[in-house]
Parts: sequence; structure tokens; C-alpha cells
Amino acid sequence: MEQSPTSWGRYPQSHAARIVDAAWAHDVDLSRYQSVIAYGLGRSYGDVCLNDGGTVLRMHRCDRILSFDRQTGVLRAESGLSIADLLRIVVPHGWFVAVTPGTKFVTLGGAVANDIHGKNHHRVGTFGRHVRSLGLRRSDGHEHRCSLTENQELFQATIGGMGLTGVITWVEIALIPIASRQIEQESLKARSLGELIRLTDESDDEWDYTVSWIDVMQRGASLGRGLVLRGRFHEQVDGTLSGPWKGPLLRVPVQGPSWLLSPLTIKAFNAVWYNRQLSRMSRTNMDLETFFYPLDGVERWNLLYGQRGMMQYQCVVPSEAGEDTMRRILSTMQGGGISSFLAVLKKFGTLTSPGIMSFPRPGLTLTLDMPITGRRMFDALDQCDRIVHGVGGRVYPAKDARVPAAMFRAMYADVIDRFEASIDPAMSSSFWRRVTSSTKAIS
Amino acid sequence: MKSLSVVVIGATSGIAQPVARAYASRGATLFLVARNAEALSTTASDLLARGASRVETMLADVQDSVRHDEIVRAAKGTCGSIDVVLIAHGVLRNQQEIDHDVEEMLRLFEVNATSVLSLAQRFGLAMESQGTGTIAVITSVAGERGRRSLYTYGASKAAVSHFLAGMRGRYKPLGINVLDIRPGPVDTPMLAGRPQPLIATADAVARDIVKAIDRGWWLLYTPWYWRFVMAVVRLIPERIMMRLKF
Repeated sequence: MEQSPTSWGRYPQSHAARIVDAAWAHDVDLSRYQSVIAYGLGRSYGDVCLNDGGTVLRMHRCDRILSFDRQTGVLRAESGLSIADLLRIVVPHGWFVAVTPGTKFVTLGGAVANDIHGKNHHRVGTFGRHVRSLGLRRSDGHEHRCSLTENQELFQATIGGMGLTGVITWVEIALIPIASRQIEQESLKARSLGELIRLTDESDDEWDYTVSWIDVMQRGASLGRGLVLRGRFHEQVDGTLSGPWKGPLLRVPVQGPSWLLSPLTIKAFNAVWYNRQLSRMSRTNMDLETFFYPLDGVERWNLLYGQRGMMQYQCVVPSEAGEDTMRRILSTMQGGGISSFLAVLKKFGTLTSPGIMSFPRPGLTLTLDMPITGRRMFDALDQCDRIVHGVGGRVYPAKDARVPAAMFRAMYADVIDRFEASIDPAMSSSFWRRVTSSTKAIS
Repeated sequence: MKSLSVVVIGATSGIAQPVARAYASRGATLFLVARNAEALSTTASDLLARGASRVETMLADVQDSVRHDEIVRAAKGTCGSIDVVLIAHGVLRNQQEIDHDVEEMLRLFEVNATSVLSLAQRFGLAMESQGTGTIAVITSVAGERGRRSLYTYGASKAAVSHFLAGMRGRYKPLGINVLDIRPGPVDTPMLAGRPQPLIATADAVARDIVKAIDRGWWLLYTPWYWRFVMAVVRLIPERIMMRLKF
């Protein structure tokens, strides 16, 4: 038996009844399945890409480029094309994806289905804003061409639609021009959360890419201390565009022992990371791979979290509630014994996505990786949900493996009914069944 | 300088695609033959986007041997002198699946063997006067020993390997290399639903194929360990082989 596909957090465990590899996007036939979800490279963290007991349709073979205009930077490709593969083709011609996540091992289909965002959200919004049109195979047997002018409702439901509106067969995106692969990066030390948010605001005015790393193990006045990273592409042509690409430097061979990423080691790591930079500000030039995809150098790093796997919590809260809410969330997590060495803060801009279920909203977004420990951790995250929901915020389905159904519906109450009308009856996922199971409502 | 010209028969197959991509990224001219129109045009646009300087396609079913001359003529028309022809089409059936359908069994032989001999021979004749070039054909490690689970498929691949060995002798003095590519199981749609141990990725196999063509090898086991596995398998006495269940 083939091994069931997993998500990046390797939690929850899931067993697909059937695993099918699509060979050609145009051949996908949904009439063969009762419950199916498309699966790309498995980089979503929780269970949006899983289908326990149903069919998982793997799309990674459908990676052909259907057209690429080197003059205008418009590219159309089958949905299984990865950003890694795409960059090898477009970067030498002076183009880059308008929006990239922190790993290049995601497919175009996955980028659309989760309406991903990047370090430049304050400048360009989400991935979905740069999708010109897409093909959607539905169980009615047709491939629907969707855009803002054609099948508009389906288009908007599919962007951020978690793969539930049908199988995305191809995507046409607008790329952005670059002159160089080099990024100018500044790293600023912030001694407190307030300072970190202030530096973020300042940086967002001047820089295309900004993100902050937070040392979540700090309490009191140092709570939320961290490093604000800001970057932008060099604007001078310097001949770097056709440079070589790095393969992975390391591959994690086996699952790590559970103590490897324990509170103690994480605390030590964070202290070293924060204090590594001695000056208030450090400026460096680096290749785009180093800037955007630092973790891609270590293949299968998720295995370091060991048997129980890991989880990521990402929420967004409105700006006005931002600093105070972040403080409450961080303290709640500390109270729940949650430790994280990948904690990231970013300010979302005001550009809206066409996606109905799209996660980003103007405000502050906090993202934390954490090893799965136990009851206390889950309780603390439930409490964080309540804080987030209380100020009008929400959590990100692509990262989620645990939000209670009623809470999810409450967070997305303004849009969920409209979205559900576009769901294809053949599509389902572990995530969707989990968040739509009936439980008592949240007031 | 004239770009490299490459002909691929069965261009939409799982192994042919990454090989064609490797040549596309070198700026090659490609002539592709396959029988599924949509898959063929998708493949062609993919190769163009990946850097091929020119891609021409021809829709044909290799079982239709009366069209083989036409294929060779059209390929010559596009490429002029042909640097590489890769014959990559084929079907896989376990013996069990065709055991009681002899017509189907013969069809498999026709696709995997007869049509390949016809095309290899015709391309050989057309390339004879070039004084250079490679005729590369995908056979299989399954062609080396007859085994109960896979003997029609194995025989079809064995026939081709045998034929290529002879062709090699005829064409070597003319400067044309005849390469027999013997992959183990490869993770392609052909093997969908047939879980295998030691399965290789199509990309890894494609890299080996391009290297073998570049270096003028005449026999390639891919991945490399099949060379040693098969050295042992060849030594198994028939009286034991016939008792094996695989």
C-alpha cells in the first residue's frame, strides 16, 4: 500500500482510501470520485490538504507551462507547477512571482487554494490578486474558465477556497519584473513588542518586503523582542539573473527524537539567534533564495519535530487592537507552555483579495511553529482563538489542524454562507468536515 | 551554430518528458510524436517555455506502421540532420492481465516491439549518411530474464534489446551510436496503481539518459544499481528461475 499523503505538520494522521496521481490536468475527471481533494506538495500545515477515508488526487505531475510571454511576464501553467520550477524558468528572463511564501516548494494550485501571502503583502496583497484567470474542473464534467469577468463568483470562491470548489487545472498569473537576484536586507533589533511594531510601520513605508522574527520565550518588558527584517531587490542590472540555483544543503534523514525541539532547546536557540546580531542594525546583500527561502536548504526539516509532529498557529487581528492583543496571545501561549523558535509577525496591508474566504485582513498577523505537546497546548490555543475572535480577527485554515468548528464558523461568519454555495459536491477534505461538523454556536 | 535536434517518439510518456525538458533547456529543436492531441500540444508549449528553440509535433499512433515513413520524413524536415532520436513509447501489462486475451497480448508486443523495430530501422536508414547521431531506445531490465508475471512484456523488451545489439554493430562504423536504455521501475503514470520496491523518479532516470547520450554509451542501466542487480539475476539458473513467483 502506498503511504498516505501527509501535511507539513504531520498532524493529524490521516489515511486516504485512495491515492490517485493525475497525469494531465486536462484529464481530471471528477465523476469518478465521491469525496476528493487535490494535493500538491503537502506544504500546508494542518488538514486542508488531507482527506481521511476519501480520495487524494495528487497533482504534482501536472506541471507543464502552457504559455509564457517573456515580454509581458504573463505565465499560464498546469496547477501542479511548483514555484521552485517556475523560478528557474522565469528569473533568467527578469521575472519573479508577485507573491511568494517562505518556501518555494508549493504548487500554483496550492497558492491559489490557500490564497497565500508573503513578506510584501503591504505592497501587493495576496497571490490571488495576481491571478488573471484559472481553469476549474467541476463534477458537472466541465472545465470552467474563471476570472474577474468570467464565472466571477466561482473565481472568487476558488481563491482561498481550500480546493473545495473543484480541481484547479491551470492558473494564469502576472509576474513582476526584477533586474537582479540580489536583495538588500536590513535587520533591526527591537527590544520590545512596541518597538518592533513601530519599526515595522516605519519599514513598510520604504521597503517592499518586511517581516519580523520574535523571541517568544521572553516575558515582561522584553516580551515580543525580536528582529525586524526588511528587504528589496537591487534595481541595477548586475548579470545575476541567470545564476545557478542551490539544491538542498542538507536532508533530514529520519524523524528526530522528541527532546530535540523542546522548550529548553528552543529557548537556547532563540537567545542565540537574538544575540547573534550585536549591533542595532545590520545590512547585507543576499541572493533571493537566501532571503525568501532560508529553510528550503534543509529538506524535510519538519521531521525534526519527531513522532508527534508540529503545528502552526497563524492569526490576524485588526491594527487598532494589534499590540495589546499580540501581548495577550503571547502571554497565553507562554502560560500554556508553548515554545516556538519560528515566530513571525507581519503587518498585512489594506489591499483586498478577490477571494471570498481569503485569510488576510488589514492588521497584524502572528505565526508560530510549535511542537505538539498535549492538552495544555490545545487549551491555550483555544483561548487564543477566543482572544482573536473577540477583537474581530481570525485564524488561517492553511495552517490549522485544530480550530473548533463553531469557532471557525464564527470567525468566517460574514462570508461562509456565500462560499458554501460554490463548493463542488464531489470535493471534501478532512479540514472541511472538521470545521463544518455541528457543534454549539459561539456567541 | 545549428541547435541540437532531437526527435522523441512517445513524447508524452513519463520518462520522455523530463528528457525532452533537459534538451529544451539547452535550446534544442524538438520533433515530438504522440497519439493524444491535447497532451502533445501541452507538452510542446511546455518545452517551448522551457527554452526549446523550436518544437514541431506530429499526431500519430505507432501501431499504424504505414505512417512510420511519414514520421521519419517529417522529422528530417524539421531537424535536417537528426542528432538524437529517442524511442520512448510503450505499454505495461502484467501477464495475468492479458493471459486469457491473446489478441491483447499480441497488441502489446506490436506496440512495444514491432513498432519499435520498424521505427528504429527507418530512422537508422535515414540517419545513415549523417555520420553522426544517436538512436536511443527505452527497453527494460524486465527484458533480460523470462519470468512468469511479466513474460509478454519481457519478451517485447528482449526483442528490442536483441535488435539494438545487431543495429549497433551495423551503425557503429557509420558514426551512429545505438543506445539501449534499461530502466528499473520508474515512478510514472505507466506504473500507477502498481506499487514497486526500488522505484526511481523519472527525473533521475532522465538525467541518466541524457548523460548516456552525451557520452556515447551503448547500454544504460538506470538507476545505476540495476547493472549489479541484473548481473546477479543473469546468473540465476533456469531451474531456480522457473520456480520464482515474481
